This record gives sequence, C-alpha cells and structure tokens, in this order.
Amino acid sequence: MSGLAELQLALPEIFVAAMACVVLVADLFVTEERRGLTHTLALLTLLFAGIITLRMMMPAGESMLAFSDTFVRDRFGDIIKLFAYLVLIAVFVYAKFFLRAAGLFKGEFYSLSLFALLGVMIMASAGSLLTVYLGLELLALSSYALVALNRDSAAGSEAGMKFFILGSLASGILLYGMSLVYGATGTLALGEISAALAGGLGDNPLLAFGLAFLVVGIGFKLGAVPFHMWLPDVYQGAPAAVTLLISSLPKLGYLSLAIRILADGMGGLHADWQAMLAVLAALSMILGNVVAIAQSNIKRMLAYSTIAHVGYLLLGILAGTAAGYAAATFYTIVYTMMSAGAFAVLIALSGDGIEAENLEDFKGLSRRNPWYALMMLMIMFSLAGIPVFVGFFAKWQVIAAAIQAGHLGLGVLAVVTAVIGAFYYLRVVKLMYFDEPDNPEPVIVPTDFRAVLSVNGLAMLGLGIFSGGLIGLCVSAFA
Amino acid sequence: MSAFNWPVLSLIVWLPIFAGAAILFFPAARAGTAKTVALLASAAALVLTAVAIAGFDTTTAAMQFQERTLWIGAFDIYYHLGVDGLSLPLIALTALMTVLVVIAGWRISDRVNQYMAAFLVLSGLMSGMFAALDAMLFYVFFEAMLVPMFLIIGIWGGPNRIMATIKFFLFTFFGSVFMLVGLIWLYLESGTFSVLELHDFPLSLTAQIWLFLGFLIAFAVKVPMWPVHTWLPDAHVEAPTGGSVVLAAVMLKIGGYGLVRFSLPIAPDGAAALDWLVIGLSLIAIVYIGFVALAQQDMKKLIAYSSISHMGFATLGMFLTFAIVRNTGSIDGAVLGITGAMVQMISHGFISGAMFLAVGVLYDRVHSREISAYGGVANTMPWFATFAVLFFMANSGLPGTSGFVGEFMVILAAFKADFWFAFFAAMTLILGASYSLWLVKRVFYGEVANDNVAGLSDLGTREWIVLTVLALLTLGLGLWPFPLIEIMEPSVANLVDHITTTKIN
Repeated sequence: MSGLAELQLALPEIFVAAMACVVLVADLFVTEERRGLTHTLALLTLLFAGIITLRMMMPAGESMLAFSDTFVRDRFGDIIKLFAYLVLIAVFVYAKFFLRAAGLFKGEFYSLSLFALLGVMIMASAGSLLTVYLGLELLALSSYALVALNRDSAAGSEAGMKFFILGSLASGILLYGMSLVYGATGTLALGEISAALAGGLGDNPLLAFGLAFLVVGIGFKLGAVPFHMWLPDVYQGAPAAVTLLISSLPKLGYLSLAIRILADGMGGLHADWQAMLAVLAALSMILGNVVAIAQSNIKRMLAYSTIAHVGYLLLGILAGTAAGYAAATFYTIVYTMMSAGAFAVLIALSGDGIEAENLEDFKGLSRRNPWYALMMLMIMFSLAGIPVFVGFFAKWQVIAAAIQAGHLGLGVLAVVTAVIGAFYYLRVVKLMYFDEPDNPEPVIVPTDFRAVLSVNGLAMLGLGIFSGGLIGLCVSAFA
Repeated sequence: MSAFNWPVLSLIVWLPIFAGAAILFFPAARAGTAKTVALLASAAALVLTAVAIAGFDTTTAAMQFQERTLWIGAFDIYYHLGVDGLSLPLIALTALMTVLVVIAGWRISDRVNQYMAAFLVLSGLMSGMFAALDAMLFYVFFEAMLVPMFLIIGIWGGPNRIMATIKFFLFTFFGSVFMLVGLIWLYLESGTFSVLELHDFPLSLTAQIWLFLGFLIAFAVKVPMWPVHTWLPDAHVEAPTGGSVVLAAVMLKIGGYGLVRFSLPIAPDGAAALDWLVIGLSLIAIVYIGFVALAQQDMKKLIAYSSISHMGFATLGMFLTFAIVRNTGSIDGAVLGITGAMVQMISHGFISGAMFLAVGVLYDRVHSREISAYGGVANTMPWFATFAVLFFMANSGLPGTSGFVGEFMVILAAFKADFWFAFFAAMTLILGASYSLWLVKRVFYGEVANDNVAGLSDLGTREWIVLTVLALLTLGLGLWPFPLIEIMEPSVANLVDHITTTKIN
C-alpha cells in the first residue's frame, strides 16, 4: 500500500491530532470573554471528525492494515470512534456550564480532552502492542492533567497525583507484560502474535506470565476489583466536569484495549484469560454493587457503580465469542451515555461553583425541575438494568454471552448483584421523587445543556425501545 | 370473523401509554384537562377491548389478532402480540380497572398529571404483558411495569411508603431475574424467544425442573405465594387507593397468568414433577394466610392477606391438573380446575378492587384504616354499607356472586385429585367468611362508634359509579359465568391437553 493511501486510512486520527494542536494554539489568541470560540472550535472538530469517519466507514467483516501493520481500520474501531465523538460532544456541552461557574473555563480543558480522544482513537485502531501503548499513554497523560485541572484545589491535586502514580504503575505492568509477550513470540504486531499462538507457541511459560501482566494492566485501567482502589478517590477529587469526562470517554478506549490485546492478539490463550477475567468480573460485580450502597457522596457512589458495570462488561469479553464482544461493545457505548447523563444532572445541580456532591442534593428534584428529574430517573433505571430502558438490553446481552460460554454461575451472580445494585439507584429516585427539597429554588441551566441532556435522557428510552439498530451495529462490528 | 385488519392489540397497549406520556407535559395548572384526557384514553382502551371481545372467535384455542414485526434482528426477537381465551379476559380486566381507578383518583390533588400518567402507562404495560407472545417482549413489559408502580406507591402512598415501595420493587425484581436467566438459557438451547415455539420445544426432565423453578420464583413473588408474599401487605397498606386496586385486581394476576403461559406449557414435565410443591404452598396460603387475615387490625392489611389466600385458590386450581389426570385418566376434571382458577382470578380482580375502593371511601372521610376506628357505619352511610357488605360477602364466596364460581369449581376439581386437598381448600369457606363477616360486623354494624362515624356522608356520584359497575360485574359473573367460561374453554382445554403430554426428548 502506498504511503498516501495509508495516510488516508488514518485521516480521522490525523484530523483530530491537527485540530487538537490548532485548538491549543488558537486558544492563546482568544480573550477570556470570548473563550466560547474555543468551545465552538472543539465542537466543530468533533463534528467534522464524525463526518470523516462516517464517510469512510469500513463495511462489516473487512479490515485494512497500514503503517507496517501497526494500524488497523475496521468496523469495530470506526464504531468506537463515532461514539467517542458523540460522547465528547455531550461532555463539552455539559462541562462548559460547570467550568464557567467554577472559574475553570480554560482552553486546556479542550485541547487535553481532544488529545485524550486521540488516545482512544489510536487504541481503537491499534494493530500492534506498541500502538496500543501509545494510545493508552496519550489518554492517560491527558487524563492525569485534567484531573488536576483545578490547581488550587487540594483534593484535585491529590486525586491527580494518585491517579498519576497508580496509572503509571498500571502502564508499567502492562508494558512489562507486552515485553514478555514480545520475548516469547518475537513480534509486537497483534496479528502475528495471534498467528504465533496458533502455531503452537501456547505452552511457553513466558507467555503465561506476559498474559497475566497484561490482564492485570487492563484490569487496573478499567478499574476492575481488586485493582479498583484509585477509581473512587479520583472520581471524588476531580472537578465534576472532569469526572464526567473520565467516567465516559476513556471506557471506550479501555474496551478497545481489552479487545485488541485479548481478542485480536491473545485469542489463542482464551481459556487462560477467560478464567482470570471471570474472577475479576465476579469480584467487581459483587464489591462494586455492595459498596456503592454505603456511599453518601454521589460521585463515589457512581464510582462504585462504574466498578460494578466494568464487571458486567467483562462478562461479554470473557465469553470470547463474536456475540460476546458485540455485547461488551454495546454495553460500553450505553454505559458511557448513562454515566455522562448522570454526571450532567449532578452538574446541573451545582450552582455558583459549589459542587453538588452528596446524595442529599438530589432531594426533591422532581419539584425543583420535573424534567431533569425524569431524565435522571430514566438514567438511574437504565443503570439498574430495568427494561424498557437501554441498560437492560446491555445487561441481558452480556449475561447471555456469559451463559453461552458456559458460565451459568456467573450469569446468575450477575442478575443477583443487579438486584442488589438496583437498591442504590432506586435511592436516587426516592430522593428525587419521594422527598421534599431542602432548597426549593428551581434548577436553571443553559439551553444547549438542556437540549443535550434531554437527548441523552430520552436516548435511554429510545435506544431501549428501538434497541435493534444499535445491537445490529455492534454485532456487525464483529461479523 | 376473528382477525381484524387493523392492529387492535397494539392500540390497546400503546394508546394509554402515549396518552400518559402526553399528560406529563401538561402544565400543572391544567390538572382538570389531564384528568379528562386520562379518562378518555382509558375509556377508549376499554372500548377497543370490547371490540376485540366482540370479534373474538370462541371456537378456537389459536392466538387471535396476531401482530408480528421484527424487533431485535440479531436475536430473532419479535414484537409479537396475540390473545387467546386465557389472556383476553385479563386484558379486559386491566382496561376496566384502569377506567375505574382514573375515576376514583379524581380527588387526588398532588401532582395530578403524574398520577394519571403513571396509571395510564402502567395499564398499557400490563395489557402489553398479557398480549405478548415473545418471551423477551413479555419480560420487558413484565419488568417495566415495576417503574410506574414504584412511583405510585412512593409518591402518593402513606407514611411508611418508602420502605414499602422499595421492598415491593426489590422483591419482584429479585424474583424475575431468575426467569430472565431461564429465558436466556432457553433461547441459547432453542434459538427462539417465541412463546408458542417454546411451548413445543422438547427438553429433558432436569432442564424442565430447573426452568420450572426459575419461572416459579418470578411468578410466585408476583402471585404472591407463601412464603414470598411479605411485600404485598406492606405495599397494599401504603399504596394510595388506586395503587392498591391495580395491585390487587391486576398485578397479582400476572403471576397466575405467567404460570399458565410459561411454567406449565414450557416445562410441563417439570411442573408435573413438582406439582406437590405448588399445591402445598397454595394450601398453606389458603389456610395459614386465612388465619393471618383473621388477626388483622388494619382493613387494607386484612384485604391484602385475603388476596393472598384467594390467589392460593388460583394456583391450586392450576396445579391440580396432574393429580387429576393421574387419578381419573381424563382431562375433564383438570379443565374444570384451570377454568376455576382463571375465573377466580377475574372474580378476585373485581372483588379485591371493589374492597380496596370501599376502604378508600372510608379512608377519604376519616383518614384511618384501623378497624377499631369505625363501627356502625351502616347507620350513617346506608348505600355505601349495602355495596360494601355485598363485596365482603362475595369475598367470602357467597353463592350468586362471582367469588363463589371459581372457588366452587376449584374445590370440585380438588375432590378428583385428593380428598384432603379439597378439605383444606374448603376451609377457606369458613375462614373467608370469618374474617370478611367479622370485619363487616365491626365496621358497619352496631352502634355508631364515634363522632367521626356520626359525621359521615354517604356516597358521592363518582363513588356510586365505580361501586355500581363492580357490583354489577360481581353479581353478573356470579349468576351467569357462561360468557367468560365460553371465551376460556377452548384455550384451557388446549392447555390441559398440551401439559399432560410429555415433551421430554
């Protein structure tokens, strides 16, 4: 393949990389009052990236390699990218309101977020362990800086530091795993690793070690138990707008990380990593759902809820089938939307730079603003996995995938922990609908915020009722 | 003449849901319009149901008015609706009770729009569940209805409503997830979610027993059967009148319906192997819960326990089938038992709904549900007392009322299965009469107990309408149950025929 054609395959990445730099530079020339321009430019970037990706979307079942097999274009990557743009658009709209009020409305937020997006995109299209790592670090470094965005906040700096240290540790472990795999197979390209495994290299103890390190690294990044310790502290310490970002966008990247490494590269060792993921999934579902009940801080509660949801999405991956990967992809896409929506309502409740953090802040929301309360209600029921909301379709697919792979016990555990988890989501609904507000002032947010939140909330219902389309799309990614 | 060329079932399901969603957007100041729209929408659904009944072919057990569209292609899930003689009467019950609940809720003053919307959406979801012929579609409706009910109890309920509604939600959710696992397993085995295809899908005995148990947890919680009934008294006591009515009249029937639509036909051999379990639990419900009802001080709690006891009859009637066929070798007795169970469910829908409405009438005036807060109500509210006594009599199985028909049929069938089944089942005639009539005596007769009772005013127009409709239906079904039985007959016969044929592969 000629150089130009290869570059064309990576056009969305190149565009986003260039625009991230443009946003970074352009912001220097924008005065404080006109910072909205940076915001608009970032949104336009996402819009055009979306158009580019859509126009060159790969058909189901086809893939193309570029740059000496380090870069893959396939339908899975394209779908991940499209939803990454979509989620980031919502994040930008939600975040603007918060950042303005908190005095954090800086251009860095946008350029760092775009670089984080680029990291996700690179992981989604990674064809070799090196590219995977490149994307991962780009995402991670951008996130560390974002978490510490409010440099005057002690909690924020602490969270940033924790995130940095533990994140680096995870990256180190992952990298070590990669080096072991390289040592055993002599290649970094995922396709060649897969071929080497198929050629009968599977018994090499070096590979088993490498695989264990890789799984630990992935578990760390996703926040699966027992590698979840950093997650609640980081969620709580970061400014709400940043928590909103790191609870949604990166999950798409980490899913790609898991699928690229485990499915594309180490598929031959499925039996080994399946057992490891089964343990991670079971522990995450149990601990996440049980500990979330004890939280009074909504950010921590949602952090433990994330941990639980990671457990569910691991069910899809560990099945090791096309249907399982499709289910995990559907789950992740839906989860990012639910998480973004939940943090958006939290942001709407924060006024004048005072962050709403406690569950109590949701008291009587249905009196203060019935519409947002309804949106939050749909998001909560969706997170709890109640039909007809889309979260249910995500849950039953991963459970079906796990049962199909012979893990009936995990399937039963998943539904039982879902019932336990329903309790703390119901508690939010209870606070909003059954309790009287402490502070009866109406909740007011800008029009664009309201519009995006409405779309986000109604999507929980709409994607549930018409779930066939998105399910079909995810299935086609692994055809 | 049966099939219409327009989607009557979809209209019955979606009209209330869309009307409910629209009402949510009405400004709070337009509560009057909201109520009118709610009434019109629920009445329209009732008319559509009547049209469906008129066009229903009572000579066949086949599904009628079927609609089938692909919903989720990747998993062969269809939006598939259809009714037979088992589901159509329950859809009619749903539509009717919704109209009555809307009328009875006219006096609600807090968040009227949301109240009406919740009931309309709930009604559509329940009809959808009864009409669903795709297991996943059924499950979606089955679970989704928890959401409006959760809100109804939690927002408009009594002082202890939050504990009650969370208990209600978690109990039923817990039960149903096992059904979900069962359905997923079935899908992976058979490759279909179609209920009718699953009826014919052969399964090993072990598989059937596990499936049966999984389904049983889901439906037993809904019925509710002893010992998973504890959510019901709390939910009933705390729910607003309308919530209690829908809960007792329709939602409890979902469990019974699920047993005849899923458990029995999909896992008939499993059901046959475990029929002793369900029969045992049903008899415990009938006898033990009957005694529990006798001890209640709170009227709503008493009716709640009475509901559990009466639903025990429904489950008993369904699971006598295997013993009867084993004993007599013929399916006639079994048809009688299941028909009795279905009639009992419809009849209990009328009677329990009416009793809760009657308690609501008193509660609106005195704001107490305690039996001891009343006495001699018949002196100040003679018309109301007439209705109430009729309903409580019907609850105790008075011949001539609908309460008698189902119980009589089930007891007759029980004699063909085992004398002792019939003996314990018949104890309900004594127990039911005891707690019902004792309540009537303490609340309605005797001297006027206190100033509250002395100041009571008799029924208003809306109360008159609601109670008259239910009284006519209770008497009508009691005196002439034939039309209902005619609708059910072919489907019940087909069901019995199906479940007494082994499907072990």
